[in-house]
Amino acid sequence: MAGFLTRERIVAPPGWSRWLVPPAALSIHLAIGQAYAWSAFKSPLADGLGLSGVATALPFTLAIIMLGLSSALFGTKVDTNGPRWAMVVATSCFVSGFLISAVGLYLGWYWLVVFGYGFVGGIGLGVGYISPVSTLIKWFPDRPGLSTGLAIMGFGGGALIASPLTASLLSTFGASGDDPSVVGIGNTFLAMGLIYLVFMSVGWLLIRVPAEGWTPPGWDPATASRAGTLPAGQVSANTALRTPQFWLLWVVLTFNVTAGIGILERANPIFQDFFRDSTPAEMLAGAAVGFVSILSLANSAGRLAWSSLSDVLGRKNMYRIYLGVGALLYLLLTLVPNQSRALFLVASILILSFYGAGFATVPAYLRDLFGTYQVGAIHGRLLTAWSTAGVLGPLIVNAIADARIQAGVEGPARYTTAFSIMIVLLVIAFVCNELIRPVHPRFHQPADREPDGAAADRSTTDAKGTQS
Amino acid sequence: MSPQQATGSATWGPLQWVGAVLAWLWVGVPFAYGLYELVLKIPALFG
Repeated sequence: MAGFLTRERIVAPPGWSRWLVPPAALSIHLAIGQAYAWSAFKSPLADGLGLSGVATALPFTLAIIMLGLSSALFGTKVDTNGPRWAMVVATSCFVSGFLISAVGLYLGWYWLVVFGYGFVGGIGLGVGYISPVSTLIKWFPDRPGLSTGLAIMGFGGGALIASPLTASLLSTFGASGDDPSVVGIGNTFLAMGLIYLVFMSVGWLLIRVPAEGWTPPGWDPATASRAGTLPAGQVSANTALRTPQFWLLWVVLTFNVTAGIGILERANPIFQDFFRDSTPAEMLAGAAVGFVSILSLANSAGRLAWSSLSDVLGRKNMYRIYLGVGALLYLLLTLVPNQSRALFLVASILILSFYGAGFATVPAYLRDLFGTYQVGAIHGRLLTAWSTAGVLGPLIVNAIADARIQAGVEGPARYTTAFSIMIVLLVIAFVCNELIRPVHPRFHQPADREPDGAAADRSTTDAKGTQS
Repeated sequence: MSPQQATGSATWGPLQWVGAVLAWLWVGVPFAYGLYELVLKIPALFG
């Protein structure tokens, strides 16, 4: 069995198409993206077990913390053992999280749901999130933004699938409405665990790594290197932590995510506060749900669209857009809050698309700076920025908005201070992005320690594989 | 695998094509379902 998981067993045979790798990655990311749909469980858990809002949020909060921690801790192991090993670990943990939670609900032990979904499942999230990244970058050295954008769009898309699926299963098992069956909620967890077990299995069965020396047909590493679209050298994960580039990028990602969460976290009440006066009361709630939906769509679409564009415009330029234009859009929302619904929608959609794109473009940015050697591990360490922003963003918006509401402030003014803070954070991130320069050669790996894939990136004499 | 081994035939047989289509449908169909469910909610935004 151990041999089945090794990197050697999944080297692509001649004729293997690289376009089979994104579906493998998506099988994992579309599943673990379920985490974003946790809110579907909150009401049934609160009503069925008599829990508070804070208590029902615990499994999700712990899962996101574990995502950051496990991706940072296991990133090097993921790079060493290969993507199949990582995907099997991710599947095992993520599915076990659902099954343990189901048992917890059958026994009426909520702590087991927190442990199962939050702790065990959260490890699955972290390992699964980074599992296909370095493999995709090696298969698509010519289009790293597109390939990682596809996978990370899957993480956003996972919630789109899980929300209606969860609602449907809860209803089937009698776990919806005012008096939900706790056993029914357990059955929903059990069913989802089994569904995800089957769905994710295709990922680790299908995943392949490129053969040594493989490059895409028609792609010349020498030309790419001269054009500056290839890294100058390879940097290990531990060494990357000692470079200013890593920490500048960490700040960039943290503040970009914080700014996105600023709207995402309270999208529904924000819309209602902005347009309460101009929308009939009976239509306001439905319109707010539509607003949340369109933001989810922007979040997902931005991951693929903007990240793909980064292959043309370059990573630094794309972050200039995400951060610079993002700050201007927040300024627009602050200065012209609710005069035009169209303007508000366009600004919000763009901000959320930049939020998603920040996640999707960062693996390619890391490759540009640190090379393909241990890029998965470096990405894992960078994801601690996500955990930080996950706490920081809601804290800023909720604390300030709640204080303004208590002070009797009405309408868009409730969010003026929070949005102003977002502008400042985006400007700081913009400056950090400007400070990012190519990594100094003293941090590079010695040539004789370079991995095969890394050496292949720059070799001009490598075989031009017919895998496409 | 050596670089030479990586340079095999690029021609796909029917089996490879079926496999590729199935792989993309495996992820594409659930995603399309989620997208459809989402898009249904958007018209409410415009009254």
